[in-house]
Amino acid sequence: MKPSGRRVRSLFIIVGLSMLALAGCDDPKYMPVLSPQGPVARSEYYLILYSFIVMLLVVLGVFVIYFYVITKYRARPENKDYVPPEIEGNTKWETIWTVIPIIIVIALAIPTVAVTYKLVKPPKVEAATTAATGKSLTIDVIAEQWKWVFKYPAQNIETVNYVNIPAGVPVNFELTASGPINAFWVPALGGMEYAMPGMNLKLWLEADHPGTYQGRSGQYSGRGFAHMTFNVNAQTAADFAKWVQTTQQTAPKLTQQAQDQIQKPGLLSKPLTFSSTEPQ
Amino acid sequence: MNGFANWAVHFFMLDEGPLIWLSDFLIGCATIGIIVALTYFKLWKWLWDNWLTTVDHKKIGIMYLIAAVLMLFRGGTDGLLMRAQLSWPNLHFLNADHYDQIFTTHGTIMILFMAMPAIIGFFNVAVPLQIGCRDVAFPYLNAISFWLFFAAALLFNLSFVVGGSPDGGWTSYPPYVENVFDPGPGENYFLVALQITGIGTIATGVNFLITILRMRAPGMTMMRLPMFTWSVFITSIIIVFAFPVLTVALALLLIDRDFGSHFFTVTGGGMPMQYINLFWIWGHPEVYIVILPAFGIFSEVVSTFSHKRLFGYSAMVVSMIAIAILSFIVWVHHFFTMGAGPGVNSFFGVSTMAIAIPTGVKIFNWLFTMHKGRVEFTSAMLWAVGFIPNFLIGGLTGVMLAVPPADYQYHNSYFLIAHFHYVLIGGTVFGVFAAIYYWWPKMFGVLLDEKLGRWHFWMFMIGFNICFFPQFFLGFMGMQRRMYTYPAGYGWGIINLISTVGAVLMGVGFLIFVWNILWSARFGQRDTTGDPWDGRSLEWATTSPAPEYNFAIIPTVKGRDAWWLMKKTGESINGPKGVPFRPIHMPNNSGRPIIMSLFFFIAGGGFIFQWWVLAIIGLLGVLVTMAQRSFEYHDHHYIPVEEIEKTEAAAGRL
Ligand code: HEM
Ligand SMILES: [Cu+2]
Ligand SMILES: [Cu+2]
Repeated sequence: MKPSGRRVRSLFIIVGLSMLALAGCDDPKYMPVLSPQGPVARSEYYLILYSFIVMLLVVLGVFVIYFYVITKYRARPENKDYVPPEIEGNTKWETIWTVIPIIIVIALAIPTVAVTYKLVKPPKVEAATTAATGKSLTIDVIAEQWKWVFKYPAQNIETVNYVNIPAGVPVNFELTASGPINAFWVPALGGMEYAMPGMNLKLWLEADHPGTYQGRSGQYSGRGFAHMTFNVNAQTAADFAKWVQTTQQTAPKLTQQAQDQIQKPGLLSKPLTFSSTEPQ
Repeated sequence: MNGFANWAVHFFMLDEGPLIWLSDFLIGCATIGIIVALTYFKLWKWLWDNWLTTVDHKKIGIMYLIAAVLMLFRGGTDGLLMRAQLSWPNLHFLNADHYDQIFTTHGTIMILFMAMPAIIGFFNVAVPLQIGCRDVAFPYLNAISFWLFFAAALLFNLSFVVGGSPDGGWTSYPPYVENVFDPGPGENYFLVALQITGIGTIATGVNFLITILRMRAPGMTMMRLPMFTWSVFITSIIIVFAFPVLTVALALLLIDRDFGSHFFTVTGGGMPMQYINLFWIWGHPEVYIVILPAFGIFSEVVSTFSHKRLFGYSAMVVSMIAIAILSFIVWVHHFFTMGAGPGVNSFFGVSTMAIAIPTGVKIFNWLFTMHKGRVEFTSAMLWAVGFIPNFLIGGLTGVMLAVPPADYQYHNSYFLIAHFHYVLIGGTVFGVFAAIYYWWPKMFGVLLDEKLGRWHFWMFMIGFNICFFPQFFLGFMGMQRRMYTYPAGYGWGIINLISTVGAVLMGVGFLIFVWNILWSARFGQRDTTGDPWDGRSLEWATTSPAPEYNFAIIPTVKGRDAWWLMKKTGESINGPKGVPFRPIHMPNNSGRPIIMSLFFFIAGGGFIFQWWVLAIIGLLGVLVTMAQRSFEYHDHHYIPVEEIEKTEAAAGRL
């Protein structure tokens, strides 16, 4: 039996297989978390990368000692008569491997705390803003069973299962839910936050460029949860203003009937758009 | 009559399709088979006298283990069903409802009805022997703990074929699990079964706490305890502090569902977030409850098979205490995304990272126990050696998850699924397998086969990595946990397929393990010495399996690794020659624990289906059996000296 040899080989096979699976997945569409498309996702990505590198160093360090110990001190027929010494401990070494993890934790804690505080503040405005967007846009998000409702209070627009935002402008999503808890997640733009009944949580997101980014629910909420996806369409400020204007003029008003349809548990076959946020 | 037939069809879920019919058929066959076999071989009385009424810690430990292996099979089957459903985009092998129920039962069974009984089983098997005493402090209570667990496990598994399984996830967050959104008995099964087993677990915690504090052999000071016993001691403290919180959370939720209160509802001023806090105030310590004993097991195994004293004993103890304390101040890391604010998230993020420090100390101490040792790769040792890199990956991805802004991206994703399977399987399950190979001869007097053991290890370990390593990437690709299916076009399909192949390999590993048990029972090498591994602690000083009274004369302990010292100085476990035996005081068997748990079962059924008459009958039965115990005056007996002499002579110790 050669555990170390086989172990190394199996490790290679696993890593190889994973790489293979990932080849051809460098399209940002496939790895949204690792190809951030906005300032929030980018701060999170840098932290992920940083913590990963630190952890990789730890893994490598421990693996070196590990493989050294299990190959060097294996029981073999040649060392049958070897009687291992009885060692209580070693203060010097034990201090070293207590202090090193402490340093690592501190090195990780400082940027962690800094970014945690940073993310509750709006990201910088990156594009020329217009009357339609303001310096930042507020959108109320309501998780229904199993759909996402977006209300633009200033624009008096409601959309269901998609949301349009201006690129380069910070968007303040105010999250709530009418029933079970869901989590609002657009991986390419930033991490998630819970949408809970009776609560109103803020989540700042911003897209660098125009584009369509997929969002989904990150918290299980029952039968239709897997289908709770929506598109975030980031547009140029001009396109966004145009969309707001046409929607206000041409989209139907929200009716009581439509409202009931949205609130009833179930899925919708296609996204909806209304030019009012309260049923008439 | 027609109405009744309709009700019955629905109640027994005969309208749910072939999966249920097949289960009904298999359950029916197994039940009939067992009854016929027991009757045919006239084993009922043997079963009752030797097992069902026993208060012997060794037998209770074995019963826990049998249950745990069965539950590993059930939970593993659930896992494979889910992996089959996810192996390719847009499959319809399971529908959403079935998938939701299966991940819920899988998670709940794996944690509460597999990991818990497995580790508590080894508390029972090893601790009294390791500290040189004859049973736990409260043997009768110990039997009650086991039977409560057993009744709860039965009840929970019954949900699959009677009335429907819970589908709120093993975390069971309201308001989704409130009646409005999740009607039916399913969620009640979860609440009631966990409540019943939780009571048993609290009793176990108290029992082992007192056992280790009060029942140690003379000379066995706390700083001479074997490391596994230390881990059980600390785990028991965590149990005693953490489980009551679960009791409260479950009770409030059950009151919401059964009696219409509004603790956690959306309307009526309920506060779902309160449940989430309570759940994790128990839930995080719970993961340490299942990992610390595994750490203890690895300490024993690594030191035994390196033929060397455990490196840094005091540091091992201190680090476990540190982990235990920290485990109570990290619970918010399970919901950084609940918007508690940057101050709170920073605190809990950093406190979580801090757990890596004592854990790292332990890893280095294991490595340095092997350093300069003579490391024998027996099956038990393979699991311990395999544990280190696998648990390392689990632990370090845990540190990555402790960074709140990064967690906003990982939360509930397959990154998380991969992380906790690395700690739960790479830590707890590997630990349980190590313990099984290590203590099997002590439990049954037979060694498990080494060759099959190696196959089991490599198959399971490689399958495990193929199954769960790719899932870290699925998380980055945006795949969330608890999705019953996913569309094509994201590149998830191929990775999921690889993962499913790995799960199948793990299943094969499990089958090899079962085959090993059967094969070894028949052809395995007998352990005639009681000390097959050249062990260090007192359990190896007695026969395999140990006699009912464990030690004819309670040994006097002169240092750490007590049995190792005795072997070196040539002492006998029975002390100097010529010390006379005395009659040994032992607790009587009792049928009451199993009957009491039957009443718990009945009461549980009442609360699940809201049949109040049944609930009242059950609760009354519990009270009556409790009261009866107070009037029991003859609850012990003495083993006469002649019998001890006979047993000891047979073991060659006279
Ligand atoms: C046979 C090997 C196993 C396989 C194939 C497996 C597979 C899975 C799968 C597919 C999920 C559900 C993912 C999702 O859709 O959310 C899951 C969830 C889970 N597993 Fe495992 N698992 C295995 C072993 C274990 C073990 C040994 C434990 C614990 C000791 C465990 C604990 C859990 C828990 C707690 C969950 C979460 C359930 C929930 O979401 O409520 N699993 N597992
Ligand atoms: Cu935790
Ligand atoms: Cu964790």
